[in-house]
Amino acid sequence: MKLLSRILKKANGSIGFAMLAVVLLTAVLGSVWTPHDPLKSDLMNRFSSASAAHPFGTDMFGRDILSRLMRGAWVSVSIGLATLVLPVVLGTLLGSAAGYFRGWFDRLLMMVLDALMAFPGLLIALGLMAVIGANRYGVILALSFAYLPAVTRVVRGSVLSISQSEFVEASRAMGNSRLYTLIVHILPNCLAPLIVLTTMMFGWVLLAESALSFLGLGVPPPEPSWGNILSEAKAHLMRYPMLGLLPGVCISIALLGVNLLGDALRDELDPKSATASSKETL
Amino acid sequence: MEAAKQPLEAVGDPILTIERLEISFGGHAVVRDVDLKLRQGEILALVGESGSGKSMIGRAILGLLPEGGRASQGRICFAGHEITAPTSAEELRLLRGSSIGLIFQEPLSSLNPTMKIGEQMFEAMRLHTDLSETEIRERALDMLRQVRLDRPEALLNRYPHEFSGGMRQRIMIASVMMLKPRLLIADEPTTALDAVVQREVLDIMEDLARANGTSVLLISHDLAVVARYAERVAVMEKGDLVETGPTRDVLAAPQHDYTRKLLAAAQLGTPNPIAGQAGEPLLAVENLHVDFIEKGFLGLFGGTTHHAVRGVSLTIGRGEAVGLVGESGSGKSTIGRAICNLTPKAGGRVIYEGADLAECSAQAEQRLRRRIRVVFQDPFSSLNPRMRIGRIVREGLRHDKSLSEAERTEAVREMLESVGLERDMAERFPHALSGGQRQRVAIARALIAKPDLIIADEPVSALDVTIQAQILELFKKLQGEYGFACLFISHDLHIVEQLCARLYVLNNGRIMEEATTEALFGAPSHPYTRRLLSASPRLERGEQGLHLAASDLPDAPDTGHVFFDATEADALYRLVDLGDGHRIALRAST
Repeated sequence: MKLLSRILKKANGSIGFAMLAVVLLTAVLGSVWTPHDPLKSDLMNRFSSASAAHPFGTDMFGRDILSRLMRGAWVSVSIGLATLVLPVVLGTLLGSAAGYFRGWFDRLLMMVLDALMAFPGLLIALGLMAVIGANRYGVILALSFAYLPAVTRVVRGSVLSISQSEFVEASRAMGNSRLYTLIVHILPNCLAPLIVLTTMMFGWVLLAESALSFLGLGVPPPEPSWGNILSEAKAHLMRYPMLGLLPGVCISIALLGVNLLGDALRDELDPKSATASSKETL
Repeated sequence: MEAAKQPLEAVGDPILTIERLEISFGGHAVVRDVDLKLRQGEILALVGESGSGKSMIGRAILGLLPEGGRASQGRICFAGHEITAPTSAEELRLLRGSSIGLIFQEPLSSLNPTMKIGEQMFEAMRLHTDLSETEIRERALDMLRQVRLDRPEALLNRYPHEFSGGMRQRIMIASVMMLKPRLLIADEPTTALDAVVQREVLDIMEDLARANGTSVLLISHDLAVVARYAERVAVMEKGDLVETGPTRDVLAAPQHDYTRKLLAAAQLGTPNPIAGQAGEPLLAVENLHVDFIEKGFLGLFGGTTHHAVRGVSLTIGRGEAVGLVGESGSGKSTIGRAICNLTPKAGGRVIYEGADLAECSAQAEQRLRRRIRVVFQDPFSSLNPRMRIGRIVREGLRHDKSLSEAERTEAVREMLESVGLERDMAERFPHALSGGQRQRVAIARALIAKPDLIIADEPVSALDVTIQAQILELFKKLQGEYGFACLFISHDLHIVEQLCARLYVLNNGRIMEEATTEALFGAPSHPYTRRLLSASPRLERGEQGLHLAASDLPDAPDTGHVFFDATEADALYRLVDLGDGHRIALRAST
């Protein structure tokens, strides 16, 4: 809570937080209520412009764009959040095991991950999608594996450097087991970079999901996600640019919010700025 | 040294004048109303604890205050230049380096790790002089010779990480003094170094400064160290200059309470050796070997083996305080770490209460190991920054299953009280505590389980002198209350003298001398012991108040021994008993 209030005091932190809050609230609202049914088409009423009934107008099938964007927010955000779970949990496990126990496991894991990192995340996801099939769970699984190496690397690096601290030796000298030392002393000190990375990753995943949907590999229509709304709009972009602009703006707001908040978090959790503020209290 | 010091010559005007200087950060003044004068060729010591503002003055003289800081009042005048009101920023830049040199505390971070030594030395010369490349090179070689480094030609092509801390600091001095500055500001130049190296570096610095007529502002927290070199001393307390005067007078008759406090700390207390009980030793280390292996490429192709500890045996009696002394790299910390299994042994046995730890069952070994606790050197990294103090101390009780939650909490608070902290500090985080307070927490954590043996690895060397004395007093007090045995590891003989009954002097992984504290200080036999003894200056109380203790030891009696020289590691080594457990390392004849 103290962290949150410190972040809200910064300009980038408060703006980012506000933008992200709007996106999350919209997503939650979109999951339970939308002004119209986002899937119901009304062919008599295609490409209608903004009106009281349809504030953002309707699309090529006469579906209400606002409703589709709201439901799309839910789909995109829920995929984004679900995608974070696997890399964060598995990445932390693998990374801390590699960083703390070292040895052959560390060398082997790093070789595999380095090989994976040589490919862009989206390319790995594309390959996996081709195997798993294009549906919501395929997107989640594919993106999870694409971002696993990044988390593993970051956690391993922090664990490696924190393992050198005297308080870790102090714990071992006290007769504590290696596992206890890892969980109680090392991992809590790796939280800062992990939180920052997770925040940033949420943004990357949103973008990647949109990209996959845009390529037709994401959430299959008619279910709306920001990516496939954008993808469907591309045929009509010349005459109805708003169709593409609106989901684009949504993605931009979410990304900008996440990046601003991530920056603020990084500044606040940086050990250097932490020592600076602790010196003031001395 | 004392006698060799030239009488002060007041040559003309002072080279540096500081008048009514105030330095503030925001609205908060960290230095108030400071007046200082420094004459040509004079060495002035600026002494104070961390946070007293002494380093800020040094930085203000260079016009290099950290961001947010400014000289809000008063003036600094250096050789006709108004530093606080320069005519241009260029004026200050040209002064820096050529007329005012600066030596930092941390030679590791003040030399650029990616540049060869030679390049770094030439850099400033090219900037500030018109000499040709060959002349610059000659000057650099000459300087390296003057700081007593061997084979300077080879050094120029090497990188900073290839040198030890003391050598790096000498290179730093060489590159700063090469420009023959009129003023040298040395900000804690030797605090990161151990006593022997500190002495060498400061001697070199003094010689160079006197040879070139350079004035030196020697900033330090250790009055005893600078007293040897400085003609005058200025004492800072929390931003105020509380006392200035000739070194001899300040030592003999300090005027201000704070100076007295600093001096009292520098003297340490009366040694109070803790003898312990006779009988079977609590801990015996037999013929311990520890090797470090530097792995080759990918850990596949062999590697080089470095012998850190080469066959050391020592014993610690129940309740006895034993000192392990040596300079950095002597292997003393490694022995402590090997005893608690933090470093793997290459050979030898650790016997605890008669039982070889390697032969015990795993559970028995665990149980025995929990009777040994460690206090580490650096209280800033030995406490988990994300844990509250109470939880840190309570962790020491983790393996004692017999206690209830309430009993643990109470035990923690009592322990905090007995190490001299407030009970409600349990709620705080380590970063809110000072270095001394943190070290008290580390001691509380070690003691709460009432261990039989404490291994204290340089527990005071990261602390200010005044705090060092307090922590040593605390150790003595707690030892009396709890009766633990203690292996006290330090590079400073005078610190271990405070509480150890027996001492082991270590060099290059081997024991050089082993004796009771009394015998060792009364008749230090091995040349290495004598070097260590003369390296750490202490103040003595004489008839006219305090003065610097004579550093020259009486000549060793000529016993006809051929001493073992640890620099020749492959020579045959044997430890010879002179009687009463006084052993010295001799070079064995084949």
